[in-house]
Amino acid sequence: MSTVPVRLTVNGQQHEVEVEPRLLLVHLLRDRLALTGTHVGCDTTNCGACTVHLDGEAVKSCTVLAVQADGAEVKTIEGMADGEKLHPLQEAFWNDHGLQCGYCTPGMIMAAADLLNRNPNPTEAEVRKGLEGNLCRCTGYHNIVKAVLDAAKAQQGTTAPQEVSAP
Amino acid sequence: MSTTEAPATSGNGHVGRAMRRKEDPRLITGRGSYVDDISLVGQLWAAWVRSPEAHAKIVSIDTSAAKARDGIVAVFTHEDLDIESALPMAWVPPGVDVNTPEHWVLAKGEVKHVGDPVALVIGDDRYAVVDAAEDVLVEYDPLPVVTDPEAALESGSPLVHEQFGTNKICEWSLGGGDLDAGFAEADVVIERRIVNHRIAGGAIEPRGVLAEWRGDRLTVWSSTQVPHFLRLFLSMLLGIGEDRVRVVAPEVGGAFGSKLNIYAEEIGCAWAATKLNRPIKWIETRSEGLMVTHHGRDQIDKVKVGAKRDGTITAWHTTIIADCGAYQTLLTPMIPPLSAFVMCGVYKTPAVQTDVIDVMTNKFPTDAIRGAGRPEATHLIEVTMDQLADELGMDRLELRRKNFIPPFNEAHETPIGVAYDSGNYEMALDRLLQHIDPAEVRSQAEGLRSEGIYRGIGFCTYTEICGNAPSRIVGPGGFGLQGGGWESATVRVHASGTATLYTGTSPHGQGHETGFAQIVADRLGIDPSQVDVIHGDTQTGPFGLDTYGSRSLAVGGEAAARAAKKVADKAKAIVAHQLEADPADIELQDGKFIVRGSPEKGMALADVAGAAYVPENLPEGMEPGLDEQSFYDPDNFVFPFGAHACVVDVDAETGKVDVVRYVAVDDCGPAINPLLIDGQVHGGITHALGQALFEQIHYDEAGQLVTGSFVDYALPTAAELPSFETDRTETPSPVNSLGVKGVGEAGTIAGSATVTNAVIDALRPLGVTYIDMPLTPMRVWQAINEAKGGPQ
Repeated sequence: MSTVPVRLTVNGQQHEVEVEPRLLLVHLLRDRLALTGTHVGCDTTNCGACTVHLDGEAVKSCTVLAVQADGAEVKTIEGMADGEKLHPLQEAFWNDHGLQCGYCTPGMIMAAADLLNRNPNPTEAEVRKGLEGNLCRCTGYHNIVKAVLDAAKAQQGTTAPQEVSAP
Repeated sequence: MSTTEAPATSGNGHVGRAMRRKEDPRLITGRGSYVDDISLVGQLWAAWVRSPEAHAKIVSIDTSAAKARDGIVAVFTHEDLDIESALPMAWVPPGVDVNTPEHWVLAKGEVKHVGDPVALVIGDDRYAVVDAAEDVLVEYDPLPVVTDPEAALESGSPLVHEQFGTNKICEWSLGGGDLDAGFAEADVVIERRIVNHRIAGGAIEPRGVLAEWRGDRLTVWSSTQVPHFLRLFLSMLLGIGEDRVRVVAPEVGGAFGSKLNIYAEEIGCAWAATKLNRPIKWIETRSEGLMVTHHGRDQIDKVKVGAKRDGTITAWHTTIIADCGAYQTLLTPMIPPLSAFVMCGVYKTPAVQTDVIDVMTNKFPTDAIRGAGRPEATHLIEVTMDQLADELGMDRLELRRKNFIPPFNEAHETPIGVAYDSGNYEMALDRLLQHIDPAEVRSQAEGLRSEGIYRGIGFCTYTEICGNAPSRIVGPGGFGLQGGGWESATVRVHASGTATLYTGTSPHGQGHETGFAQIVADRLGIDPSQVDVIHGDTQTGPFGLDTYGSRSLAVGGEAAARAAKKVADKAKAIVAHQLEADPADIELQDGKFIVRGSPEKGMALADVAGAAYVPENLPEGMEPGLDEQSFYDPDNFVFPFGAHACVVDVDAETGKVDVVRYVAVDDCGPAINPLLIDGQVHGGITHALGQALFEQIHYDEAGQLVTGSFVDYALPTAAELPSFETDRTETPSPVNSLGVKGVGEAGTIAGSATVTNAVIDALRPLGVTYIDMPLTPMRVWQAINEAKGGPQ
């Protein structure tokens, strides 16, 4: 099958690769660029395990062709920490036991980061609604929601805790 | 936290702490290593050609077009396989005949369910093998299909496997007490038919296999709960010595029972690797997963209960018709009988009988899914308790209290011969009611009624059986499992004083690396960060029996504690010798082995390890080294228990159910790490709410799987759930030295009855008295309309 060139920046590093036009972005990241932190959990864009940021917005990378990312900036879970310093969401997921098997976690963190970019001070209900596209089978979401709210507080610095809405 | 007694711990007090997990740094940074994250030089890819028919003869298979494609290395069908035997089923109950069909890696002559594999395609690219699989031409001659287990038992039904002359797999019973006398003395007898529908495990990581044959050694990485079982069966089926087979369960992305099996894809890929001399990887798609990763539940439970007018239950009879699907995987026919072991619930019912009928249909096999038999039992018991209370005009909780087994700290023998280890059911219920006031919910309900919202509250008081398992009870001469129930642990102290624990259990998210490290650290006077926990690799530690049935802590954790104690005992002997004291006077205090009463005289573990590995001054006759092993076989199961409550709002116009509150009080003995317990309870409850409200594996009458992707199979999302309220009581188990019970399945076991009772409670003012799961808007709306006498 013929290939086409794709140039993209992933976690700040530039790449130029030849790909089949049908290659999914998630497989480019995982199989060609060895960024295996982004996972695949379904075939239908339901589970969100493959969530990455494409030009600053969360996308499900199993539903984006690699060629669609030509010229784009991609950020994956591997690009979230600043050296040894964890991103506030990573720290909060750890502190709050926001993960068990860890398989949905990278996608969940990337989706939550996008949510907090758009809404830095969400209510519990807004977090729950905002993570609707990411499935977790282990945690029942309880500690994931707690972690996202805690990360929001941490990112807000001195901001007083947001009142939690009724579930 | 009310405890009946404080647990006996020692050392530095890490046990009981809500420590954040040692596993997490790699997982939150994308550095975990799941099967598909591992690749080998020269690796090929596998794809499976699967039957679109639920039941058919295979007339012909033409693989020529597929083989002719670029990059395709081989296409195999059943005739190519020289595998020594069919896939295993491990239950041989004494005195019971089980009709077990052969279940081959690739279908032999006929297909029996949608997804039955008929060909295996191997090639050099993950996309290319999928293309080639579509080019394999299979001609089928359809056969009659049966998908309803009750219809399958009728004479004249299509037969899934002709050779048995019936679709019945087996009948199996467990009972005790005088059932006839119990019903004779009852003032009230009620009967209910309760359907516990088929669900999926739903682990977010699909299954996957990577197999390598190098020299005369086979290495298989598999997303499995049971690497040790898999090694054994790879050895048996492929005829390779067990000593030359290594199975690694790397990071496993959830399992919930669904990866407790020996799957065709694992054996097939390993076999193909030996034939082609190339590593072979297969990664399941979600559509495959919902089709050919085993399902769970799928029971029709016919319940008959007798009670006195004052609520005293006199007899309980359950008939289970279990739809086991077309073949039997590792434990398929054994799962429904597990329901029988907890059919007494938390009640002193004098006569209890469970009759199980396992049935074949043209569906994928069922097997263990989170709870495995106990969710089904608890659901039918606790839903029936509410039905009985309604019949008697009695308060639901009063009926439960009337029948509770009184508190006990040592074995309580039930009429069916199962001995509960310890329990205090009143205490758990009392604790629950400190968090939730039914009268307050009632008054809220009245306020909401005018808005068309019907608020209800439901309860469940439960016990379950876990800590699998005492070998003499479950083994070949007992229940009939062809295996034991012990667990192994090795504690290896290194020369510099850090330690490695090798456990035979194989976690997939539970947090063993943290919890087990806490146990070992306390016994050796070091920090949990100094205890590395190795699991899931058959080449590293001794034989183990892996992770399922809430067994890891109660059996594997106890083995770890015992191995650590052996190390500590040897350390004490070394310290006593070096400090010229009596070994009986050496104790562990603040990270040092000291002479009692003289804390200034002591040795840290690192000093002891130095002495053990540079053996210039060891006691006479003592071998060097500080490395001990334990194989622990429990005397009894353990029986966690608890009380759950749920508040729901039902929109009478749409039938939509909202879970407003969920409160859980669970007792799994003394906590090793409360953070991990809460996490297990949250996830367990959610699995139950998923089944009760959203999820269903649904086949149509032609045997087509209607819910074959996450578009149709509705896992719960964050938006559909509340935050949970959890609390614990702590009643130690007398079975193990830690006093612990299991908690991995408790939430799932208690949850579906809790929410179902809440929905029925909400709908009673509308005349609805019973409704089967899943409580989808359509089904709830239909029930409301049926009660009104309107269209359904």
